[in-house]
Amino acid sequence: MGAPAMSKTITIDGKNVPFSDGQTIMDAALAAGVYIPHLCHNPQFEPHGSCKLCVVSVNGRNMTSCTMPAAEDMVVANNTPELNSDRKALVQMLFVEGNHICPACEASGNCQLQAAAYYLDMLSPHYTHFYQPRAVDASHPEIFLDLNRCILCELCVRASREVDGKNVFGISGRGIGTRLVVNAASGRLGDTNFAATDKAAHVCPTGAILIKRQGYRIPIGQRTFDHKNISEVQMEPDHE
Amino acid sequence: MEPHEFPQIEQQLAPVFERHGREAHWLLQILREAQEIFHFIPSAAITCIAAHLGVPRTRVEGVAGFYSFLSLKPVGEYRVLFSDNVTDQMQGNPELMRYFCHKLWLEPGKVSEDNLLSVDSTSCTGMCDQGPAALVNGWPLTNLDHERLDLIAELIRNRKPVCDWPSLLFEVKDNIRRSGILLGEPFESGTAIRATLARGSVATLMEMEASGLRGRGGAGFSVARKWSMCRVSPGEKHYIVCNADEGEPGTFKDRVLLNSYADLVCEGMTVGARIIGATKGFLYLRGEYCYLLHKLEQALAQRRVAGLLGRNILGETGFDFDIEIHLGAGAYICGEESALIESLEGKRGRPRNRPPFPVTHGYLDQPTVVDNVETLACAARIAAQGGEWFAAMGTAQSSGSKILSIAGDCARPGIYEYPFGVTLHEILDDCGAEDPYAVQVSGPSGILVSSKEFGRCISFEDLPTAGAFTVFKRGRDLLQIVQNFVHFFAHESCGFCTPCRVGTQLQKKIVDKIANGHGTAYDLEELKQLGHIMQTMSHCGLGHTAPNPVLDMLKKFPDAYQHKLKDLAFEPAFDLDGALETARNITGRDDAWAHLP
Repeated sequence: MGAPAMSKTITIDGKNVPFSDGQTIMDAALAAGVYIPHLCHNPQFEPHGSCKLCVVSVNGRNMTSCTMPAAEDMVVANNTPELNSDRKALVQMLFVEGNHICPACEASGNCQLQAAAYYLDMLSPHYTHFYQPRAVDASHPEIFLDLNRCILCELCVRASREVDGKNVFGISGRGIGTRLVVNAASGRLGDTNFAATDKAAHVCPTGAILIKRQGYRIPIGQRTFDHKNISEVQMEPDHE
Repeated sequence: MEPHEFPQIEQQLAPVFERHGREAHWLLQILREAQEIFHFIPSAAITCIAAHLGVPRTRVEGVAGFYSFLSLKPVGEYRVLFSDNVTDQMQGNPELMRYFCHKLWLEPGKVSEDNLLSVDSTSCTGMCDQGPAALVNGWPLTNLDHERLDLIAELIRNRKPVCDWPSLLFEVKDNIRRSGILLGEPFESGTAIRATLARGSVATLMEMEASGLRGRGGAGFSVARKWSMCRVSPGEKHYIVCNADEGEPGTFKDRVLLNSYADLVCEGMTVGARIIGATKGFLYLRGEYCYLLHKLEQALAQRRVAGLLGRNILGETGFDFDIEIHLGAGAYICGEESALIESLEGKRGRPRNRPPFPVTHGYLDQPTVVDNVETLACAARIAAQGGEWFAAMGTAQSSGSKILSIAGDCARPGIYEYPFGVTLHEILDDCGAEDPYAVQVSGPSGILVSSKEFGRCISFEDLPTAGAFTVFKRGRDLLQIVQNFVHFFAHESCGFCTPCRVGTQLQKKIVDKIANGHGTAYDLEELKQLGHIMQTMSHCGLGHTAPNPVLDMLKKFPDAYQHKLKDLAFEPAFDLDGALETARNITGRDDAWAHLP
């Protein structure tokens, strides 16, 4: 730290946090070691602002911290019981919307949705499950696409567009029918130019995109979130 | 050949491409026309359009899957969509739809085996004062009854093209019942522009300021402020957009303004264009009103001939401005200004992250003003007659008049223009409301007002409104009305953010549970908590307002739901008898023995 350009500050939960022009509240918080829960945000890509876990209260008004530019005199409340309770409700919504069966999921222990649920003290899904029928696409020789676990964060969409330059993924449908689609007339991942080496193959916060023949290579109990809290992992630079 | 193979697709789409060129922001307009040609958007058309525009296939599929009037699966050659607004519902549309389907041996939501016909419901078509209403291939049908549906069934069976159907079926009336400064006084085309040119842009902007004009779309932002912010924003080009995506259920005033006062609206746009420095304007017309397209195009053509649009308007060198009409395709969210801009750019109607706001980064990232139809009509009057004249009417914070779209349980539904400050009592008397019990002011996203509050007045200070005014008489099932509203929001959520995408669904499920007699006190608390999450965590106004009808009902109308509740503290959402519905459908049974006791 200590860059002279960063003379401006905001406060987050009473702590002074410096920022430079163009930084969002989330950028400034991450740089200062202040954790704001998030799922659809990854500093490597354009901010999105859809999961709403990172909503904070700015001078009494709720704002999405990953898209809201920081500005002088912002008094931000982040780690409050009220906000964390609302965030827990959002995670519960994501759990009942999709079909997330943690004990049977290869991503268990590496899954940010699961880790966020632990972080926010979620003990049950609370809401009624939707049990929406969603497809599993195993057509690609190296990669599974399991839409049961997709939380529509669009990280793969952004990674494929911004880093891989491929546009393998997109979003179609509307409302509860919103769904991830792939760039092929057949609708099958195997008919796209997606590769296991693509950035987009490694950014899914859940287990919707899985590399084949890697299952349980790291046993349960030795996985990322078995050792560390999501608040530590997401603060590490270049985490996946 | 398979029924849905299209070997000639390139040739079939060629004239569409010819009309719209290769610009990706024409995508929605191209898809609308593709839908007309094929009665759906075939996969091959998506590939073909993507190649033509040089965009990824996912972009085209994304847009095609977003709008209600576009369909990725085949619909009938004749597509009949019954309006499921609450007033259409009260006028008997659900029964009429069943009657029609029964008559034609069809299930709602399915296509007849000969691909001739499909029937479904659609969000409010804006014909609440002359319902029950429906759309056939995009054309509005009004005043439906059994007799008319018999005739329609006959026309479809005989495969008569919709353009040859009796015009009586498509008759749409203005029903202007009360006029004021906007609707009542004659307007001579060009006077507002002439006055603006004579006075100068800065002075006209000051007239706007003096008028106190605030946006008529509901939010009530100062027009003078919006225009001056856009005026000073740097950009290659500036744009002005008329928001005619009148999607709020129960609202139909913009339909009347566009039908009979199009000149006034265009004049308002032209004055705005002069002030902000725009050479191009868009009128974003909701898909439900596409029957007005031809008439509006004619109005624009006449203005071009009269020198009120085009190059050097009214002889003023360098004053170039023209208006283009874009059609929507069935998406309530596109009434939100940043979603509307996305839609204009040929994208999914997803509200943008703000800041930046449209006045600095709008259409194609350029400074853009988006104003409601009525706002622009007011602006034209103000430019012609001055700000003080306008500010003399209304209340301190709400100058001028407001046009209300009145429907529901009243003798004289239609368009009423009042000075701001009018009380609900007065309005209810005027429209002939008999024993009114509740009024939904400003549509489902607005406020549900009880009879105790009829002394309140229409104004930004008290009851702000975008124009809908739906009357419910004593004896109406308010829970059923609220159920209609929550279904609407669940259907129209864009799906971008978690709290709205999932929250509107959960809200719908819980209200359905209560309406079906399985609700408990626990569910009421759930609705309050969900309402809080949606109001405080959602991305845009749709999510923020989606719980309004539920929360208003809980607070003001306990009688509406309490008799439906079970005494238990909790009852599971799983409905055992409901789960047998599939089996009943398969066996075609619905007798007592096919139900649990």
